[in-house]
Amino acid sequence: MTSATTRVQRPGALWAAPALIFFGIFGLAPIAIVAGLSFTTWDGLGNPEWAGLHNWRTLPSDKLVGSGLMITLTLTVLTWATQTPLALAFGAWAAGPQRIRAVVSTIFFLPLLLSTAAIALIWQALLDPTFGLPAQWSELTGLSANVLGDPDLALWAIVFVLLWQFLPFHMLLYQAAAKQIPASLYEAAEIDGASPLQRFWRITVPQLRHTIIASSVLMIVGSMTYFETVLLLTGGGPGTATRILPLHMYLKGFSAFEMGYASAIAVLLVAVGTGLSLLVVRVSGYSQMTSEREGV
Amino acid sequence: MLGSALAALALGLTTACGTSGPGADSDKAGVEVWMVEDASVNEVVQSAIDTYSKNAGIDGELVTYVNDAYKQRIQVALGSPESPDVFFNWGGGNLAQYVKANQVVDLTEAMEANPEFRDAFLPSVLDVAKIDGSYYGVPMQGVLPVVLFYNKKVFKEVGVEPPTTYSELLDLVDTFKKEGITPIVLPGAQAWTELMWLEYLTDRIGGAEVFQAIAEGKEGAWKDPAIIKALEMCQDLVERGAFGDNFSSLTSDNGSASTVLASGKGAMYLMGTWEISNQQEHNPDFLADGNLGFIAFPALEDGKGDPAAIVGNPSNYFSVNSDSDNVDEAIDFLVETMASDAYVEDLIEIGHVPAVAGIEDKLAETEHSEFTTFTYQLVSEAPSFTQSWDQAIPPAAAETMLTNLQLVFLGDMTPEEFAEAMEATQ
Repeated sequence: MTSATTRVQRPGALWAAPALIFFGIFGLAPIAIVAGLSFTTWDGLGNPEWAGLHNWRTLPSDKLVGSGLMITLTLTVLTWATQTPLALAFGAWAAGPQRIRAVVSTIFFLPLLLSTAAIALIWQALLDPTFGLPAQWSELTGLSANVLGDPDLALWAIVFVLLWQFLPFHMLLYQAAAKQIPASLYEAAEIDGASPLQRFWRITVPQLRHTIIASSVLMIVGSMTYFETVLLLTGGGPGTATRILPLHMYLKGFSAFEMGYASAIAVLLVAVGTGLSLLVVRVSGYSQMTSEREGV
Repeated sequence: MLGSALAALALGLTTACGTSGPGADSDKAGVEVWMVEDASVNEVVQSAIDTYSKNAGIDGELVTYVNDAYKQRIQVALGSPESPDVFFNWGGGNLAQYVKANQVVDLTEAMEANPEFRDAFLPSVLDVAKIDGSYYGVPMQGVLPVVLFYNKKVFKEVGVEPPTTYSELLDLVDTFKKEGITPIVLPGAQAWTELMWLEYLTDRIGGAEVFQAIAEGKEGAWKDPAIIKALEMCQDLVERGAFGDNFSSLTSDNGSASTVLASGKGAMYLMGTWEISNQQEHNPDFLADGNLGFIAFPALEDGKGDPAAIVGNPSNYFSVNSDSDNVDEAIDFLVETMASDAYVEDLIEIGHVPAVAGIEDKLAETEHSEFTTFTYQLVSEAPSFTQSWDQAIPPAAAETMLTNLQLVFLGDMTPEEFAEAMEATQ
């Protein structure tokens, strides 16, 4: 008994130090620096100059901040709404015992191996209006070949590319979770005469409840970082149709070289991202999750 | 997120990892040169660096980045320990901001010590790198005016001649449209290609003074009637279908736009003379068969501007970073190389027209002599050579201009709104 209590006396702070130092340098310090920079004007050359609240006063009058926020949220909702049902369906299917399902899933997981930049460039080439897929389908169906250049279509093209890229990952989550569901539940349902569809809705989906929440949290918080895909695929264009807030920050920082103003947008992004993840955790009850094995 | 801080942090970290600038792996002095990616010019510069390094016993290195990435990279790198010794720039307003930040070595003394070097360059081009009376850059490649390229084969098949006036151009637009050919290739995914139309139309309508006033930051300069008229003409071209239905998703970075012209799907293409490098890389057969035609931008019948005036990049420049550990070697490299016969001849060989006086004979002997002679005459006879607007005005204003111009071409912004928004940046 005594040995058990002494074992608890670990130098907690010291053991946590590596993680804390790492988090401090790469997590907290940049946020603090950016917050400081947001009160300056700096074009990347020379030293930042104090500007007081100038950048913060500009923020509300910049139409692209409001529209960027809207587009970011729209993109979040669209990616969630397209990826969740498909990932759930494919994941549950892939969890089945048949060998062919494992083979097909393996092929399907390939996009996971590609970098975001490679994926964006591949799709930019595939969506080229003259030499890509749109040229072919335009010839066959008469539909517009102007995918990435159409303000209404461009966002959907991004949603599609993100779906292609991230579906396998979420599918993997669901597949793993679905494999954990005890077979006895399905056997009992089968004896009671439940159809495959009933078994999916009555057993699989409720048993995957926590996975759905975890995958949704990842998607929603991750949607704040879809920046590279948008930058490489459309550059925020045509015009400002796909200029999400992170991209607006980047263009202000690294194209207009208004680092101070870009930092103000960055602080806004940190606030929005933190708020969003707090909201999701609160609403979903993520923090109070208990065992999924009820009823077994 | 947190881009700027992370960029600064990343630069800090890579330095901490133990490099002390170029050539750290040996005791020799090193000259690191940064420039924009351009297959043929990169090769010429590389060979010049190799030759100079061997003779001078130094370590020379060339680092290249694609256009957009380069501009970001250099802005962040200058003033940091990861900066190059010699860097590529656009002269004019672009170079002036680095000079203002004390990042550029004044080359005036070196020029005066080597008058034959200074006098080798065309004064009009060298002067673009002259800031407040001092020289800060050396022209490092050919003059790069914007010209109207066309596909000779397509013109022949349709049975038409290249346009000399703007109304002829409009007629051609209708003709090619009827033939199912995109009249004018416009990679509208990149707003700077749309800017070329605004630049030329403004120049033809109101003359070079219109933009001169903008560059000088004069009040109301963006609201000049010539700007409004030029923007209206751009929108008119879009509505006429001059650029086809898909211009806003067409890009020039992966060679797409060049191939549209070469494949005959498009008839004309307004682009800088560097297009010849692109065609060489992506469609060498098209170039070899002599199907790439080129003319000056057509005259505007009722315009005030001189039809011989040109826009584009007078040249690009090499400047020396004032933080360099090897300033003397870097200056010596530029003086020894940039006007040397070998360098000038290499440039001519890849279709460039170096900003060097008295090279008519050399140009006439080359593979692309028709094109280089055309360019040389165009530049030497031009009453004005307006620098690309996005290089001539400060980066923040340029970013706003390019974004808004794309909106104008999409029909989502009126010319008046554009002028209003730009006036606010002055």
